[in-house]
Amino acid sequence: MLTPTARGPLSECVLESMRSGDTSRLAEAPAPGSAEDAQLTLWALYEQHYRGFEDVAGELEWDPQLIGVRRGLEQDFERELRARTPRLPEPGNFAEDFFAFVANHDGPSLAAHVQRTATEDQVREFLRHKSIYHLKESDHTTWVIPRLSDPVKAAVMELQYDEYGGGNPHRLHAHLFAQGLAASGLSAEYGAYIDEVPVEILEQNNVMSLFGLNRRLRAASLGFLAAFEATSSSPCRKIAGGLERLGFPAEMVEYYTEHVEADAVHEQLAVRTICGALLAEDPALHDDIYFGAWTSLDQDDRYAERMLGAWA
Amino acid sequence: MGDEPGPGHPDVIFCPGGPILLRGDHVVQDEDGNEHQTTRPVSAVCRCGGSAIKPWCDGTHKVMRKRPGR
Repeated sequence: MLTPTARGPLSECVLESMRSGDTSRLAEAPAPGSAEDAQLTLWALYEQHYRGFEDVAGELEWDPQLIGVRRGLEQDFERELRARTPRLPEPGNFAEDFFAFVANHDGPSLAAHVQRTATEDQVREFLRHKSIYHLKESDHTTWVIPRLSDPVKAAVMELQYDEYGGGNPHRLHAHLFAQGLAASGLSAEYGAYIDEVPVEILEQNNVMSLFGLNRRLRAASLGFLAAFEATSSSPCRKIAGGLERLGFPAEMVEYYTEHVEADAVHEQLAVRTICGALLAEDPALHDDIYFGAWTSLDQDDRYAERMLGAWA
Repeated sequence: MGDEPGPGHPDVIFCPGGPILLRGDHVVQDEDGNEHQTTRPVSAVCRCGGSAIKPWCDGTHKVMRKRPGR
């Protein structure tokens, strides 16, 4: 993947520094021109820790100037995410309370729109947007693993092993999505559609990286995971139904039907054996688990509102 | 998956209000006598009777619980 197109003065400056390797001028980097400019810059800085860009030297992954810009953007972003978070549940019966918290969250349903009324063009746009995450699905959670105690680490691995196809590359979830894209006549190239995704998609991806890459936010990362899994099976069934209604190829449908079954397992693991075990070890992490969970639900709502508005 | 059951790491887990989790390889016989081989490190077997992909869980129990009178 090549570096994305800039969306404002900060991304222009940072992306140019990344390509040229001259990062000294970042000491006087301009302020972000918009939320989109900030989020694209942060996304590009995080991408350095995934598979990176063909037009950026690998040595720049840990460049102090770039890390400094990232740190400033992360601080602003985390502050905003915490400011958006409402009052969260008090400690109690964790698994029961957590499932109730997710069930009682009422947000707009993009999946229901895809199932019943979306046009083929809308669904293709949805798939292009989702490709940014699904082509590196679950990688953000893998970052958390070394930061955990032995029991929680083993529990996360049990889930991640399934995400990565149980060792079979043909069953790896990111690969299933790539197969679906290719069969649908879309590009399965990693990051291919970054220039057209709205700020909500950049944010959603950045939240995952923020939680995954900061050890102190490990509980937020696992809470995000639990809410993500607990809101997946039913929407995936609806999306699969919409894809079938519109005549999308079997490979694309298969990605979503696989998630109906897999995520019914994963939600139990993420809530009980992962977050439940983490909390039993360290009750002080309760609020961060819910902070991550709420952020997952909120990010989903923000994207749904954006797209349902755009398609109305 | 080479899982050894033992204290603190059971290979059959009853989730309150949810499915039964099975760790490792199992063959599950459904109500009609058909056999289903597990394919994941952990599988979830439907207990509420409402799943559309039986014998596996699809999360339907969460919707059933919300209906009044249940």
